[in-house]
Amino acid sequence: MIEYQNIFTQVQVSAPDYAGVPVENTDDDRSGILTHSYWAGKIGDAQIGPIYLGPVGVAAFCMGTLAFLIIGMNMFASVNWDPIEFIRQLPWLALEPPGPQYGLSFPPLNDGGWWLIAGAFLTMSIMLWWYRTFALAQNLGMGNHMAWAFAAAIWLYLVLGFIRPILMGSWAEAVPFGIFPHLDWTAAFSLRYGNLFYNPFHMWSIFFLYGSAVLFAMHGATILATSRYGADREIDQITDRGTGAERGALFWRWTMGFNASMESIHKWAWWFGVLTCVTGGIGIILTGTVVENWYLWGMKHGLVPIYPMVGEAVVDPLMTGGAQ
Amino acid sequence: MKTLTTKLLTTVGLGTALLLGGCEMPPPESSQWGYRGTGMEGLYDPDRLQDVADKNVVPDAIPAVPAVGPKASDIYKNVQVLGDLSVGEFTRLMVAVTQWVSPEEGCNYCHVAGEGFEADTLYTKKVARVMIQMTQNANENWDQHVGGAGVTCYTCHRGKNVPEYVWNINPGHKVASGMKNQMQNVSSVAAGLSSLPVDPFTPYLLDDRNGRHAGTTALRDGGGVSMKESEWGYSLMMHFSDSLGVNCTYCHNSRAFFSWDESAPTRVRAWHGIRMVREMNNEYVEPTTDWLPPHRLGVLGDAQKVNCETCHQGAYKPLLGANMIKDYPNLARLAAAEPEATLDESMDMDMPESQGDVSADMTTGGDQ
Repeated sequence: MIEYQNIFTQVQVSAPDYAGVPVENTDDDRSGILTHSYWAGKIGDAQIGPIYLGPVGVAAFCMGTLAFLIIGMNMFASVNWDPIEFIRQLPWLALEPPGPQYGLSFPPLNDGGWWLIAGAFLTMSIMLWWYRTFALAQNLGMGNHMAWAFAAAIWLYLVLGFIRPILMGSWAEAVPFGIFPHLDWTAAFSLRYGNLFYNPFHMWSIFFLYGSAVLFAMHGATILATSRYGADREIDQITDRGTGAERGALFWRWTMGFNASMESIHKWAWWFGVLTCVTGGIGIILTGTVVENWYLWGMKHGLVPIYPMVGEAVVDPLMTGGAQ
Repeated sequence: MKTLTTKLLTTVGLGTALLLGGCEMPPPESSQWGYRGTGMEGLYDPDRLQDVADKNVVPDAIPAVPAVGPKASDIYKNVQVLGDLSVGEFTRLMVAVTQWVSPEEGCNYCHVAGEGFEADTLYTKKVARVMIQMTQNANENWDQHVGGAGVTCYTCHRGKNVPEYVWNINPGHKVASGMKNQMQNVSSVAAGLSSLPVDPFTPYLLDDRNGRHAGTTALRDGGGVSMKESEWGYSLMMHFSDSLGVNCTYCHNSRAFFSWDESAPTRVRAWHGIRMVREMNNEYVEPTTDWLPPHRLGVLGDAQKVNCETCHQGAYKPLLGANMIKDYPNLARLAAAEPEATLDESMDMDMPESQGDVSADMTTGGDQ
């Protein structure tokens, strides 16, 4: 039984060098290294490469590298080019967006200008990479599910760093590039706008996020548990339900009365992933632009439970005149 | 198979031990101060509580002396602040201050031997005079913050010449030439080692920048501060939390940090504390800057100032709420313009809340 609890694959997917099927509409061949790795085979396919980059991929890679370098060099400069401090403080360092005094204008480079430039390059890189997911899927004759799912993530990214700041009229509303700084920003965002937990779209986003984790675990477990009967040939079993899929289905039907099908489980997973970002983006875009304080909004709409008072009543000292 | 299981269990066991190695040993002690379900409670590691208790022991009071006999100002020259005290009281207080502030250096920390006590030769003596006034002012006018316990020199000094926790205006970490220092995004000691702004003290405890950031209406009303501003206030709150050894819910209901209705009375006490510290820094500390020696000044040439940690030093109440002022009533109020009236009042000793049970007064704001 122990083999099913192992994180490594039981079968090395290893074969002679294989460049992949020929593809229409592309002049360029796949390029780069083609090698085999035993350890890659432990977690996936043992063959590494070749990769198809093409002009769009190269452009995306260059733009991404530029953004990465601009962010990194700004961080490095923020510790006075001290390599030890750079490594020691790395999780704390950031490229900060411009201050509110600049509004949506282009600020001096050293006071947010680099942030705008890095953001522009990063966005272009992500957009080009999105085009790759679209075009490569087309070339391989696949559906565009990947591209639209990625677009959902890009939507959330753009809302946070571009669309909402524009609606608010200030780049200062955007997220800094940095490991801890973006987390501190997130906490401060909820404090500033009266607790995001009372934002219904935030609720939806969390629902889909946690739901994604549960679905992923359920589906992975089901297939692993039935792959000895061939259920890992999931796509075949959508239309030709075999012993394995049948067992998986029966397991869930008997456990909770309802079961997904081999087809629908993937639709569930796809929509949960996509809706996490879509609803999250809606929640963020409404914050500050329409809703000023989600807790007060929740009070207004009967969302907030009222607890009995404990101890003495507290009054804003500014309302009572305060001490001085 | 069996060895594999054993190996797996060993790995998981070791991994868990490593992961939990930095955690505090359960069970914690818990204390609840809000309605159940609101999370308004604190969880404390008993070992740490013991540590705080050990560090906050009040020294034995010097036996009181009667407030009779000639006044200090009649016997000594140049007694500007404590002249109304009887000589006995005055001497007692001087001895106490020496124990609190310069136990090793003794009288000579402020007075030059052979020069007569009246000489203002040493800056330390002049600082002591200002600090005594600051202490008296806090006790007399800031009942809403210090009521029930009061403050003495020992509250901050704890036997040290300069209190252990003071602050200077932060010039910011060194950045490359041409870079603008964002005053954040490095490990911030003031803000609990987060990446939040490194100097929340200057805007809020020296200047009077408004610390209220959250929106006050359900829907947008056009006002409101930027996200950047929020991070400064957040940084100050981290300092509060660190200084008092408490979490956010000691004052706030975390579902609505901004809401006064949902807050604990401790928040009102803290609100007055901000204003008290601001006054201390502006009215008492800052004016000393001109005559302080350079080694007592910060990088930017400013005097060492007060923040929450200066008094609290990791305890929810300085010295865990012990009432020291009842033993030193001469520090309880400022010297009044008319000396005789002051003497009577200080004998009356109507110290607010001094008769109440101080240690139980964990969530009560000053009642003015």
